[in-house]
Amino acid sequence: MSFASQLLQYTLSGITIGSIYALVAIGFNIIYNSTGIINLAQGDFVMLGGMIAVFFHNTLHFPLVASGPIAALIVALIGILFERFAIHPLKNASVITLVIITIAASILFKGGAMFLWGKDAYSLPSFSGDEPIRFLGATILPQTIWIICVLLFIVAALVCFFRYTMVGRAMKACSYNKRAANIVGINVNNMVMLSFGLSALIGGIAGVIITPISLIEYEKGSLLGLKGFGAAVFGGLGNMGGAVAAGILIGLLESYSAGLLSSGYKDAVALIILLLVLFFRPGGIFARKEVQKLKHY
Amino acid sequence: MKKYLTTSFSKSAYVFTGAVILMAIVRNPYHVGILVFLGMNIIITIGLSLLMGYAGQISLGQAAFFGIGAYTTGILTTKLGLPVAVSFPLSILLTISVAFVIGIPTLRLRGHYLAMATLGLGEIVHIVFNELIPLTGGPSGFGNIPLIRIFGIELDNDYKYFIFVWAIVAIVLFLSLNIINSRVGRALKAIHKEEQTASTLGVNTSRLKLSVFVLSSGFAALAGFLYAHYVTFLSPGTFSLGFSILLVTMVAVGGMENIWGALIGTTVLTLLPEYLRFFKDFDILIYGIILISIMILRPEGLYGIKIPGFLLPRSKKGDNE
Amino acid sequence: MKRVMAILTILIAFSAASCLEAKDKKQSYKIGGVFAITGPASFLGEPERNTMLMIVDMVNAQGGINGVPLEAFIEDSVGDETKAVNAVKKLINSDKVLAIIGTTRSGTTMAVIPIVEKAETPLISCAAAETIVNPVRKWVFKTPQLDRHAADRIYGTMRDRGISRVAVMSATTGFGSAGREQLQNLAQTYGMKIVADETYGPKDTDMTAQLTKIKGTNAQAVVNWSIVPAQAIVAKNMRQLGMTIPLYQSHGFGNIKYVEAAGSAAEGIIFPAGRLLAVDTVPDSNPQKKVLVEYKTLYESKFDDPVSTFGGHAWDATWILVEALKKAGADKEGIRKSIENTKGFVGTGGVFNFSKTDHCGLGPEAFEMLVVNNGKFVVLGQ
Repeated sequence: MSFASQLLQYTLSGITIGSIYALVAIGFNIIYNSTGIINLAQGDFVMLGGMIAVFFHNTLHFPLVASGPIAALIVALIGILFERFAIHPLKNASVITLVIITIAASILFKGGAMFLWGKDAYSLPSFSGDEPIRFLGATILPQTIWIICVLLFIVAALVCFFRYTMVGRAMKACSYNKRAANIVGINVNNMVMLSFGLSALIGGIAGVIITPISLIEYEKGSLLGLKGFGAAVFGGLGNMGGAVAAGILIGLLESYSAGLLSSGYKDAVALIILLLVLFFRPGGIFARKEVQKLKHY
Repeated sequence: MKKYLTTSFSKSAYVFTGAVILMAIVRNPYHVGILVFLGMNIIITIGLSLLMGYAGQISLGQAAFFGIGAYTTGILTTKLGLPVAVSFPLSILLTISVAFVIGIPTLRLRGHYLAMATLGLGEIVHIVFNELIPLTGGPSGFGNIPLIRIFGIELDNDYKYFIFVWAIVAIVLFLSLNIINSRVGRALKAIHKEEQTASTLGVNTSRLKLSVFVLSSGFAALAGFLYAHYVTFLSPGTFSLGFSILLVTMVAVGGMENIWGALIGTTVLTLLPEYLRFFKDFDILIYGIILISIMILRPEGLYGIKIPGFLLPRSKKGDNE
Repeated sequence: MKRVMAILTILIAFSAASCLEAKDKKQSYKIGGVFAITGPASFLGEPERNTMLMIVDMVNAQGGINGVPLEAFIEDSVGDETKAVNAVKKLINSDKVLAIIGTTRSGTTMAVIPIVEKAETPLISCAAAETIVNPVRKWVFKTPQLDRHAADRIYGTMRDRGISRVAVMSATTGFGSAGREQLQNLAQTYGMKIVADETYGPKDTDMTAQLTKIKGTNAQAVVNWSIVPAQAIVAKNMRQLGMTIPLYQSHGFGNIKYVEAAGSAAEGIIFPAGRLLAVDTVPDSNPQKKVLVEYKTLYESKFDDPVSTFGGHAWDATWILVEALKKAGADKEGIRKSIENTKGFVGTGGVFNFSKTDHCGLGPEAFEMLVVNNGKFVVLGQ
């Protein structure tokens, strides 16, 4: 394998992992924008998406095209229920209290999944075969192309949603200024609920599409949540484009340092660079000053 | 000032006496052992409570300071054969130096950015524990850490260790109560409420925040020192992000507004999993449900919750602080 | 003051609970089990727990040991050292067990060793690391085969097949790093050259970067030392990269479910394992055949789940303990002595011969090299 094709392979690997981080980061951002909280159960939405799809496909023998969407919708419903039962009742709670609730929810989701599916790792068949696509000496799986396409599709859909639909614009208004949004007649409560549903939906989709390559088990969510949080912060909280770029950047950093430096320290290398960026740009790489002022802890 | 000193002294003394009485009642190494871990956790969360509740900063990296303290004393005593009396100050010193150096750039960040930065630092330390195999034994860890000998008594059982740990808890509590009631404590409260106002009024906010950060790391290192010489075996798993999150949860569950909240939250969340052993496999679900219920019903924490009168020993009317 | 009272109340409730522990009803032999029933190693801990409870039921159905029923106390360590320490203390001090089986992971076993040594309670560990029994500790035994023997068998097979340049992949867990160490130590003995030594996090979702690096070397085989799901992902990633060199796995590949998880990428994986996994291909003349069939039939019919070698470690440990109880009764030192004197015990992991200097009792011959063939485990070379 020539060095050039090795480099290309590292890049492709980095984009694969990075796209997954980006999907998780987008979920973080949607909830952050509407509530200001970091949902530490976001990674568990991903896990649930994969697990439920496995249940429908492998246990009930539904076709894959049905299992995936059903799983994602069920996760969205779980997100909505979670907001109604655990976030909504707390009217004036501090951010940290709500974050702790998401930690508790994460423990519950993990515990529930462990009961329902046991402790094994499961897989789904790839959407369009396992035959790797080769070019210039490097390979990429068709499933990776699916992941990248789904990521692009979700970003495009979200942009349209927030820019052109009434509900999307209302959600955006809430993220800028809750009180003002309320005054002009937007039901802020519903928007918060919707944001949980939407972010759970995206988490669920992520779970379905990554299971064929990375497998799924009840504890899978923690690490993905952590990386997604890193990407969301790195890209500037609330900034969708930033999250995607940062997610892929973290994936690339990990892949390059695993390949070229030391695989044991790959996460440390990515984290150190992330921290250095934060020290010099305390609002993430793509932060705009005015936006930062609006969001406070 | 003198009044503060005496009251904080007597409160700390109460806690110590209460703990020792409890130990005398329990008299089972298993339960005493849990209370030893409780004491260590309280030492860390008191520091974290000062940082979160008083200085208004969050840290998701406390497990790393806990770990640096533990690993330093562990490595110095086993690999270099240094006596505990030497490794003790060195482990605290190294930890607070690390906290000082990384605290300067880190504490300029706010909110979730600060949370992410401390989390990242914690993860880096965790990776170093895993990778510095010649020193730390890597993921397999290392053991045979010697016991502590103090005034000629070897702390070789749970009872002796219990008294040692809780005496330190009392000292840490005493120090912290005094800090809160001093000029520094009031300045901290001011930072938490209105940082800019405090700054214009002449409070050196960044220096104060850094001092509390360093202090809290010192407490965590102290607990790490105690952990290393109690369990006598260290591996990176103990010092993971999960533990950092648990510590923050303990402080939040107890109530961030007050240092006693940290004591309550830590006690509840340390003892709860042991009670839940009874439920076998269901324990994790019940734990999650209890945690979520506490936060929904008491968003500001358990501190100040009204305990049904019949559960409380009679206390004098108007006895408040 | 109210706060102090509140704390005291909690603590008093705690002490009350500790006094409420069940008093002895009738005589029984109490044995403890500490397994990682939840947490990251739970897929090891669960079959171990199931197996131990199954054997206790079997023994009691036959009237117990010398007429005395067996009583099992199971605790969950979550794979966490602090929790394991608490669990072992509970078993010894509150439940007053005679001996303990477990723990599941090497790290937790290392953490509880000082406690059982001080409490003079026999412990039979189900964890892999060699450091558990080397140096020998008076009260500590283990039933899984040694990592060293697994590495022995892997290198031996490679040498027979003319491989001399290997790439090592391992997870940054206790299991992974112990295996990596053995592979490094034994390389010279077998004339192996380690041309790449890569690690990854146990929860990583993609190892193509490490494997790409390996692909750039002249390695003739890859050895991967980890547990699921990473071991399945490595196989998938190698296939994706079009790597044709053989993949060797550790004895952590001990469950047919992992083959399902890796799908067709698992074909051709070679790994050392106890004979349990390929029981159908073990000749009837093998002394282990009877016990392997017995365990497999019992476990699979009771739990509707394929057997794993991990549950097998608990099977061996529990029966060794039952035999010791038969001889020694409720005497910890007697139990310890009779475990130490166990000779020729036929278990799922091999034929055990314990001694004063060997608290594991298995040799390299306990491993059989297996290969994945058409989604099944078969003995290599058949």
